Amino acid sequence: MGLESLLNIVYILSAITFILGFKLMSSPVSARRGNIISAIGMGAAIIATFLFPEVVRYQYIVIGMISGSAIGLLFAYRTPMTGMPQMVGLLNGFGGTASLLVAWAEFMAHPHQTYFGGAILWLTAIIGAVTFSGSMVAWAKLEEKFISGKPIMYTGQRYVTMAVLLGIAGLGALFAMNTAAPEATPYLGVITALALILGILLVIPIGGADMPVVICLLNSYSGMAACASGFIVQNNLLIVAGAIVGASGIILTLIMCKAMNRSVANVFLGGFGSGVQASGMEVVGEIKPVKADEAYLMLEAANSVVIVPGYGLAVSQAQHAVRELMEAMEKNGTEVRFAIHPVAGRMPGHMNVLLAEANISYDAMVEMDAVNPTMETVDVCMIIGANDVVNPAAQEDKASPLWGMPIIESHRARTVIVMKRSMGKGFAGVENPLFFRNNTRMLFGDAKASLQALVNEFKGGA
Amino acid sequence: MEVLVFLLFILVLSIFLGFEVISKVPSLLHTPLMSGSNAISGITVVGAMIAAGLGEGNDLAAMLGGAAVGFAMINVMGGYFVTDRMLNMFKKKDK
Repeated sequence: MGLESLLNIVYILSAITFILGFKLMSSPVSARRGNIISAIGMGAAIIATFLFPEVVRYQYIVIGMISGSAIGLLFAYRTPMTGMPQMVGLLNGFGGTASLLVAWAEFMAHPHQTYFGGAILWLTAIIGAVTFSGSMVAWAKLEEKFISGKPIMYTGQRYVTMAVLLGIAGLGALFAMNTAAPEATPYLGVITALALILGILLVIPIGGADMPVVICLLNSYSGMAACASGFIVQNNLLIVAGAIVGASGIILTLIMCKAMNRSVANVFLGGFGSGVQASGMEVVGEIKPVKADEAYLMLEAANSVVIVPGYGLAVSQAQHAVRELMEAMEKNGTEVRFAIHPVAGRMPGHMNVLLAEANISYDAMVEMDAVNPTMETVDVCMIIGANDVVNPAAQEDKASPLWGMPIIESHRARTVIVMKRSMGKGFAGVENPLFFRNNTRMLFGDAKASLQALVNEFKGGA
Repeated sequence: MEVLVFLLFILVLSIFLGFEVISKVPSLLHTPLMSGSNAISGITVVGAMIAAGLGEGNDLAAMLGGAAVGFAMINVMGGYFVTDRMLNMFKKKDK
């Protein structure tokens, strides 16, 4: 058996560790071990590649390895948990860039491609470039740097996008006829440039609130780009790993779309939340504000409390305060659970990470579908910084833009306490009838301050 | 052409496997799943190393390959370490 066969066996083992790593992620008990196993497999694949007979020069590899690793480690330890969507967004883009560069390097090194080889180069360059520029726009929108998070629309938008797509296809045909560098270099160059423009055009019309979906889809694209570059270098490992990442991103995209009750097409055509929406339902009832001491009495008497956190909780940095309140209530004999809507954070699972960071046990975090059937037995449902995801109009008002969206049915709890800065509306710009219900009390003010006040009440009362 | 068919075969199986395995990941862990996916999409480093390791006469290709190694390694190191950092926070507390 030759060296190459041996190295290919290492690749198979690496693929197994990747799959095992994802499999172990099915439980928080084993997930960390899975990640480490997967990382070992990655290390083995990198070492094996060093030994390949084609690899005769090391200086560029070493430079890339050292600088890339240093930047990666900086990202990994410097990024706050609230910044995870931005970091994942950037990494999606870098994955796309790496594949784009591999396509270009192979194009330069092997001028005589078959039709199929040319087509794969073309495809890899496009996916890589779209992933890169799209991710950069998504990152800028999340950071609200350089461009605003609002959807950017202009007349003729779709025609411009269509023209760019046609250009990429037409030049692709010319490129396929002659794939040899240097004559074909301008073709691939313009194709790459158009694909970079396409990535920007696809993401700018999408609003900041929809960025989680975009990040998921770009996550998928970065996998597909790795997969496509696997066809260029004819390497199984790249294809297996890329395909799994591609599948993962698609699954998450669909989950997020379902949670927002939107179709993928509806998200990507963009513009959602840019206009003022009118709801058909008359809001009845009146707002009943309470102070912290009244809210404390309700919580103190409760056997079962469900907390519905929204991103407002993270914005006011109140995760630790909510944990303190949870501990105080548990000491008082109350069962406390967190009901987490899929779009509670800025990306899938984001709220779970933010709560875990504040030392909240993961078995206290329950999914929407698990908590809803138990809602009638909940004494107090406390909503902190969430709005649209608890809006009963989604189930009761056919004219509401939220109609059909899956919600946490907090209105079915015996008492609802809503912590809110003011009477502002949610992302969708829709009035929330929950706030006017008979069983709802509003605790106005900064979430962190309100929580702190409740904790103090518990301390004083004990 | 035979290689191509074989690679496509691998692709199709991997897609099915991917949907199967990923759909079992609870929503609790979706953020680490995404950062872990970032790390794994850094597997492009293998293709990048082969390009960057090409011999004399391919200088430009090798340099592009080296840049690709850099970007892919950001994903590998950034992805695995941040995922570990997050997963380390998911704890079950005794009551």
